[in-house]
Amino acid sequence: MLSRTADHLFWMSRYMERAENTARMLDVNYQTSLLPQSTAVAEQGLRGLLSISELTSDYNNRYGEVNASSVMDFMVRDERNPSSILCCLRAARENARAVRGALTTEVWETTNQTWLEFNRLLKDAAFERDPAALFEWVKFRSHLSRGVQVGTMLLDEALHFVRIGTFLERADNTARLLDVKFHAVESDFYGAAEAKDQEYDFYHWSAILRSVSGFEVYRKVYRNVIQPEKVAELLILRPDMPRSLAACMHEVVGNLGLVANDQSSETLRRAGRLNADLEFGRIDEILATGLHAYLTQFLDRVSDLGVGISRDFLVAVH
Amino acid sequence: MRPTFDEMHAAPEQVRDHYEAYQRWLAQQPDGVMRARREEAEMIFRRVGITFAVYGDKDSGEGTERLIPFDLIPRVIPAHEWREMEKGLRQRVNALNRFIHDVYHGQEIIKAGVVPVEQITGNAQFRPEMIGVDVPGGVYSHIAGIDIVRAANPDGSGSYYVLEDNLRVPSGVSYMLENRKMMMRLFPDLFAGQPIAPVAHYPDLLLETLRSVAPGGVNEPTVVVLTPGMYNSAYFEHAFLAQQMGVELVEGQDLFVKDGFVFMRTTRGPKRVDVIYRRLDDDFLDPQVFRTDSTLGCAGLIGAYRQGNVTLSNAVGTGVADDKSIYPYVPKMIEFYLGEKPILNNVPTYLCRDKEDLQYVLDHLGELVVKEVHGAGGYGMLVGPAATQAEIATFREHLLANPSNYIAQPTLSLSTCPTYVEKGIAPRHIDLRPFVLSGKTVQMVPGGLTRVALKEGSLVVNSSQGGGTKDTWVLES
Repeated sequence: MLSRTADHLFWMSRYMERAENTARMLDVNYQTSLLPQSTAVAEQGLRGLLSISELTSDYNNRYGEVNASSVMDFMVRDERNPSSILCCLRAARENARAVRGALTTEVWETTNQTWLEFNRLLKDAAFERDPAALFEWVKFRSHLSRGVQVGTMLLDEALHFVRIGTFLERADNTARLLDVKFHAVESDFYGAAEAKDQEYDFYHWSAILRSVSGFEVYRKVYRNVIQPEKVAELLILRPDMPRSLAACMHEVVGNLGLVANDQSSETLRRAGRLNADLEFGRIDEILATGLHAYLTQFLDRVSDLGVGISRDFLVAVH
Repeated sequence: MRPTFDEMHAAPEQVRDHYEAYQRWLAQQPDGVMRARREEAEMIFRRVGITFAVYGDKDSGEGTERLIPFDLIPRVIPAHEWREMEKGLRQRVNALNRFIHDVYHGQEIIKAGVVPVEQITGNAQFRPEMIGVDVPGGVYSHIAGIDIVRAANPDGSGSYYVLEDNLRVPSGVSYMLENRKMMMRLFPDLFAGQPIAPVAHYPDLLLETLRSVAPGGVNEPTVVVLTPGMYNSAYFEHAFLAQQMGVELVEGQDLFVKDGFVFMRTTRGPKRVDVIYRRLDDDFLDPQVFRTDSTLGCAGLIGAYRQGNVTLSNAVGTGVADDKSIYPYVPKMIEFYLGEKPILNNVPTYLCRDKEDLQYVLDHLGELVVKEVHGAGGYGMLVGPAATQAEIATFREHLLANPSNYIAQPTLSLSTCPTYVEKGIAPRHIDLRPFVLSGKTVQMVPGGLTRVALKEGSLVVNSSQGGGTKDTWVLES
């Protein structure tokens, strides 16, 4: 397969996954904002959201004051924010369009339709009317994209690169979500001694669970009250939780192995190492290191993998 | 009153035989159904992304991608007419390929005094790089699009004329295929009741043609489609054909030349390429040989090509034969190379480089169609009867400044076909572009792309100028 084609496929699915995760994150924030909370706490949440997306300074330069409607605008439909849902859906569609010949008709039409429809929804003020419904819609379009990919594409390189893009992006996004509290209050999750803080903690961690569709899963797996370290374990180490870091890396490694070429051994080794760390890691060790420190390091390693994949498979060697 | 010819109606209330079945069906359609189908068609075209980019349109996002209007009423060609046309197309394309070979080899046709030498060597599309280069099978224009119109005769009958040969990178075939798909989806019952010749095997024929012209000694040739990229107006078609043939769609940046061979960069390292169906003009193919500022092509490509290590399809230098100033000589070429009488008519053409012709053209600007020799896409032309005095005056100056840049033809009374417009169904002018494939053999699918000028009275069918398309039916009996 052409390196350029693989590159477009990889980014097509990354952008779709990013759009979905941004919608998930915004949805949780929106749901939380419906709970009784002080302006300061609400603002904290919004700042955290910008911070985990590494968009704080970009936002400040453009909008200044942090308030819910500006942050939502910025993250949903700002054409100048490359991470906004609008820009992600456009990028997914442009990448698909560049290689539409390598996609099945269904995959292309789904991606194209998502982009056309999203624009129509924005025009019809669907977002103002019901933000939650719009976020839900984005999530389901992403589900549909993945379903159509797996359901119609030949099990060959093209699909492998699509899957690598999806899971690398998801690993990155889940790690960021987990780190959100650190960004909001600049503290790790331990030490909520006061009852009020404990209550806040419950809502915070259950919100994170909901954002990855993991609330019911948590109950099913642990049959217990919401405990921060268990939430962290579920989202980091559980191989059977589809959005956990372990599950994502497992997919990345599996698909990378299928496309391996002469120059990719170092990238495969690093991916395998990261996968092994998750497979054999323990949550108490991770928490002893500090969750934030652990996640920061994880994000660095994912980003390093992305660079390696580009170098070995995607960017043409001149 | 100028004569008119309508494809469907011999007289206002009299439907031609080959449209009878359709007319019966149309009359049975309840009100509103056709409108609903039109909307459905537009929605599907958008979702599928069958769009084209309009040059000079600087809007961002959706604005640059337009749909080509699709009309629901098909253009129907009776079996006997198509048989004749097909014979004529084979003959014409054969002769044109022979001509191009001759131009870059012995130039017998010049020696015989049939075509003046300056028409060839003085032609901007003549490529001296191709002199003496042998291409597989001696075939140059593997994919030819021949524009045909039907014009009304004074007695009310109609005759087909070739308006133009497109031997470089003719486009539009994807619309032919998509239009058929759309019609079958919208009106399956129409197809059940009539013997309409299928066209969906075109990509198969195309692949077979491309494989048949691979460099000698290559058994399993790797074929690719070379596109200028996704911002090209015909990108949809490039991607579509590559996908339908199951070959890679490459851009110039994906290719490189090493030791005289062409390779593409893949996720598993370099892979040799044998046949390139290129959808960009000669000028952009190789910055080492043609335009040095081109980033769309591949450095060294022409070197590999001249060594016979890769086939370019169409060949380099075919433009020398589809120029409007060469067009008037095509009937003579057919006689010269094949010893046959031309089956398809040429439109009488005045060459403005010729003094007498120029004078005639200047005296009759109001009646003629004047075109730029190298113009394409309906740009830079004057349609005398439709032009204002001021437009004619301006054009006269352009013409006088550079006469050899123009040719003129009588304004043909192009046939019309009933078409959906704002007010209902009305006659609109149409043309036809059949696609002729030449490899080991000459092949084509029955029909072609019918374009329709949607503006009342307009003769310009180009999509860039408000033209639309129709499905084209060749009846099998």
